[in-house]
Amino acid sequence: MAGRAEFSLQGRQAFYFALLLAPPLLWLGIVYLGSLLTLLLQSFYAIDEFTARIVPEFTLATYRQLLTQPAHIDIIVRTLLMAVAVTLTAAVIAFPVALYMARYAGPRTKALFYVGVMLPMWTSYLVKVYAWRLILAKQGIASWGFEHLGLMAALDQALAVPVVGGPSLASSYIGMFIVFVYMWLPFMILPLAAALERVPASLLQASADLGARPAQTFRNVVLPLALPGLAAGSIFTFSLTLGDYIIPSVVGAPGYFIGMMVYQQQGTAGNLPLAAAFSVVPIVLIGLYLMLARRLGAFDAL
Amino acid sequence: MRSEQPRRPSWERPSLFTRVMAAVGLVFLHAPVWVIALYAFTTEDRTYQFPPPGLTLHWFDVAFARDDIWESMRLSLLVASAATLLAIILGTLAAFALARRTFTGKESITLLFVLPIALPGILTGLALLAGMRTIGLEPGFWTIVAGHATFCLVIVYNNVVARLRRIPPSWVEASMDLGARGHQTFRYVLLPQIATALLAGGMLAFALSFDEIIVTLFTAGHERTLPIWFYSELFRPRERPVTNVVAVVVILVTLVPILLAYYLTRPDEQSQGT
Repeated sequence: MAGRAEFSLQGRQAFYFALLLAPPLLWLGIVYLGSLLTLLLQSFYAIDEFTARIVPEFTLATYRQLLTQPAHIDIIVRTLLMAVAVTLTAAVIAFPVALYMARYAGPRTKALFYVGVMLPMWTSYLVKVYAWRLILAKQGIASWGFEHLGLMAALDQALAVPVVGGPSLASSYIGMFIVFVYMWLPFMILPLAAALERVPASLLQASADLGARPAQTFRNVVLPLALPGLAAGSIFTFSLTLGDYIIPSVVGAPGYFIGMMVYQQQGTAGNLPLAAAFSVVPIVLIGLYLMLARRLGAFDAL
Repeated sequence: MRSEQPRRPSWERPSLFTRVMAAVGLVFLHAPVWVIALYAFTTEDRTYQFPPPGLTLHWFDVAFARDDIWESMRLSLLVASAATLLAIILGTLAAFALARRTFTGKESITLLFVLPIALPGILTGLALLAGMRTIGLEPGFWTIVAGHATFCLVIVYNNVVARLRRIPPSWVEASMDLGARGHQTFRYVLLPQIATALLAGGMLAFALSFDEIIVTLFTAGHERTLPIWFYSELFRPRERPVTNVVAVVVILVTLVPILLAYYLTRPDEQSQGT
């Protein structure tokens, strides 16, 4: 391989190659990577308590502040729990959809399903969040539906649960959870469907021939082979939940999430170092998650 | 066609549970979008009462008469156009450079090219803000464009690189053997092949940029793109039904390019190249 690469990069070829690659590489290298490094650098600065100015000297004070204040730990744990809950729920809801569109649907139904999943995924993010606020509002469709199904008491009971409940679905963690699951569901369905499409039919036939019942085939054949898809999808749902600050501020309870903290600290609070330190948390969590997924063998079947 | 077959074997038949849940999942994904469409016509302007007590077109007139909405709409369209143009240029260059070559360090470069959409948007936003502050750049139109171009570039790159990899190398070789010069091979062999992928990537980039809020809130300064207008309206609603109308307009503006992009890269069209 190395020999061929060297050969193809000689003389004029190499010149054209550099000419092609330089503009996009410089753009991403300077604008994007440069910014990211600046951000990382900021997290090692701290804010002067009295003048409220950033002191450009290397210090771990901001990280100490991030990890020792109970309020900050609460925010990190709350965000992490939400991300885990959203990821698990999205996986459960996505599985039948992905399974059906990947393995059972005919060509036309399959195309319909793919468009059907892509369209809501690409529909305006903000409009979808807003739609959910209408749906979950006190007099909105959700409570109208519950009332007509005679389930108003169940809804009231769910909202009465401490911590996750609230005055209405639109101002409770339950509501926020529903919106998160909705928003990231396509990101789970698509990689999962791609993984399920690659499962050879012969394996399912063999499993059935050997006397496995559908449920056994599902658990012992389909599920292990779908793991890479689940892993890919869960990275999306996990990472998107960790970084979001719009949804928790539009729908949900007053408790802060990492993203909101980042936005507030850089804005009204004017503490860019703390915002930067907070924004490093999702990266660390995603990194840990990737390691865990690898350890569990989520990528073995790739 | 399938119905002509007798009865599919058990491993090819979905269980009732799978079928029902798949349908429910699809409806779940679509219902909220229809809700917005319905609310744009409601006669009720204070609560989110459902079902709406009456339907009217009045709010469209009100929304279309609002200058602040037109102003934001204009800005968003300009930003999306500029960002898309930049993304198409940079993304296509990158795709041509990286589609076929293997060299040391390629892995790191491809990683760099997916990073802007792999990492949470808030990180991109805050990073760009930190970078701007460090070099003393005032946020405004061009900082919004720069932020959008950074992740739109990835979309174009992905689309074009996927198409380039499907073009058999022998076509380029044949073209060269027949005496075509580099630019002729590009113009007559490669460009017709990648045109639809390029267009599709551009459409998606446009839709993505037009609708972007997470990065934009950090890079916009005092500029108000349509999503920023929408976002502020969520907290200080002046007229709720107007917000609903704008929501419908935003859906339509993003939906058209997305459907076009899908049409341009739909599976049977893709298979022509192979």
